[in-house]
Amino acid sequence: MRLLEYQGKELFNEYGIKTPMSFLASNIDEGNRGTQLLGFPFVLKSQLTVGGRGKAGAIQKCKEPSEFEPKFNDILNKEVKGELPRGILLEKMVDISKELYLSIFLNRSKRCFTIIASAEGGVDIEQTDNKVMQDIPLDGIDLELANEILNKLNISDNSKSGFVDLLFSLFKLVIEKEAELAEINPIAILSDGSLIALDAKVIIDDNSLFRHDDLKKYLYLSELEIQASKNKFSFVELDGDIAIIGNGAGLVMSTLDMVSDANGQAGSFLDFGGKATSETIYKALGVISELPKIKAILVNLYGGIVRTDLVAQGILDAYKNNIINVPVFARISGAESEKAKQMLQGSRAKLFDTVEEAINAVVLNVNTT
Amino acid sequence: MTSQFDIFKILVGSPSDKDFGNKPVIIQGITGSFGSTHTKLMKSYGTNIAAGVTPGKGGSKFDNVPIYNTMQEAVQSTGSLISGIFVPAPFFYDAAKEALDSGIKLIVAIPEHVPVLDSIKVFEYAKKQGAKMIGPNTPGVIVPEVMKVGIMPAQPFTKGNTVVFSRSGTLMYEVSSYLSEYGFGQRLGLGIGGDPINGTNLIDSFELIRDRDDVDSVVVVGEIGGDAEEQLSDYIIKTNFSKPVVAYIAGRSAPKEKRMGHAGAIVYGNYGSAESKINNYSKANVPVAKSPREIPLLLKEQLKK
Repeated sequence: MRLLEYQGKELFNEYGIKTPMSFLASNIDEGNRGTQLLGFPFVLKSQLTVGGRGKAGAIQKCKEPSEFEPKFNDILNKEVKGELPRGILLEKMVDISKELYLSIFLNRSKRCFTIIASAEGGVDIEQTDNKVMQDIPLDGIDLELANEILNKLNISDNSKSGFVDLLFSLFKLVIEKEAELAEINPIAILSDGSLIALDAKVIIDDNSLFRHDDLKKYLYLSELEIQASKNKFSFVELDGDIAIIGNGAGLVMSTLDMVSDANGQAGSFLDFGGKATSETIYKALGVISELPKIKAILVNLYGGIVRTDLVAQGILDAYKNNIINVPVFARISGAESEKAKQMLQGSRAKLFDTVEEAINAVVLNVNTT
Repeated sequence: MTSQFDIFKILVGSPSDKDFGNKPVIIQGITGSFGSTHTKLMKSYGTNIAAGVTPGKGGSKFDNVPIYNTMQEAVQSTGSLISGIFVPAPFFYDAAKEALDSGIKLIVAIPEHVPVLDSIKVFEYAKKQGAKMIGPNTPGVIVPEVMKVGIMPAQPFTKGNTVVFSRSGTLMYEVSSYLSEYGFGQRLGLGIGGDPINGTNLIDSFELIRDRDDVDSVVVVGEIGGDAEEQLSDYIIKTNFSKPVVAYIAGRSAPKEKRMGHAGAIVYGNYGSAESKINNYSKANVPVAKSPREIPLLLKEQLKK
């Protein structure tokens, strides 16, 4: 779960990391209230879970009252990478004398957390060589390690202790809130040497949410995602018109790739995990039925204990109860497949022996209707 | 980088052992719906399920397997070094810790949705104890036609000299069935797991079979997310890994910044992208199949060389 900037900053504040005074507004009335509380000038920042806000014009300075309404409305209605903002953060501008970069991330290949720090803030950290990387043991950062990082960064004396405090706080946040990433880019050094976080990018480990009731309020799922997660399905909506259903994330991804290679366009990814029964396939089709753009459904099931006839029954039930009204192209490897083929005869579902055949048929179908 | 950990010795043993090919395995969470179903399937495949652990159910039996309240008791009475963990994710850490404290040397961690912090802690603790964890979020490990600890179906696998390492469960089954169809039986099938943190990652897996004469080739079923394939390519180059390797990567056409079913299958920028993985594999002269069905064809070519 990627938090919005203001949510990340709420966590920062909880851990004593300072952020500029700000006000969250989701409409123009709230925005106007914010201007009275903050006073001009300030920055308007679109609250999105995707990167590239600055380049897209979704962050704008606001120096005087006449600029406010047009800019606020512009950002509020601006989609970035297909996403509309969930609020606009009005944030007081600060007097910056220098910027830094700091993040702690889950280092997958080293199986630990790693710090990245740089004396250049506000940059794309992947693009700069001027950075320090340091793996951290799980029991924490000691002063020696913190000083080692500090010495490589060339920070002026009056900011040193502030930086060490910030480092400790951020690591504490990462461990206690179970974040996969906590990034501050940039940290501003103010004229008195104190440090303040201008941005916040925090990603929480979804699998840890069962023990973090305080973070559940940040969960933001679409109706379909809620329905899918209730059934323990993994679901991702995509741009095309072919819905893909399967068992196992890798298998569904692989099916997606093969559909794309055959010039088809996937409209959704649905992995219903373990057991394929008439009920799971029926529920999966129920999720898909909420997507009006879908013209055909491709089912790809593989497994030793899949009863093909049960899956066929689930598909027939979905037609009978008008859950779906588009054709289904299925490859189901498992027991009783001859029986399943017979059951599906005369319905709009067809069973194929190989996934390649099913894909060719589904792509031909959507491209000719 | 070199490890002295001999997974075959643990799973199968040496020919001189009295219980060669019949090593005792403990199932934690044996009475759960998942654990019980697969205990029966593992037994019928030939795995010696010697004990189960479910707190509060000690003294009873499941399918003739004695159940204990604690791992300590189960290990003491069976001498097992292997535990298959089938408990729900929130209980995984305690179960794994108990197993390691009782002398278990190989944990097969089946549950999905284990928090990464718990995985790191178990990984570190296992390392300290000279033990290994496979998974979490893995289908398990199989020595075809001998034994399996996990949830994989039996019929895709046949014995032979290829090894399959896979980040995906169902794809491991499908790829193994294609390999079997072409006569490439498997010496070992090991599910790395679909999580960001893997107790046994791709490099660790390669170390397990690097010097084995009974392994003549390796198939790596990968997917988008992380840099396991990139690190593996580096390893293959730097250590002059000499056995033929064929790779596959699922998720080429997936959008960025979306988690595709597996917790670990997510691309940020170029990090974790299929292009990055394919580029690195090509530097290591590892051919990447376009679809699972192409894997045995590429393997055939590689073995001719």
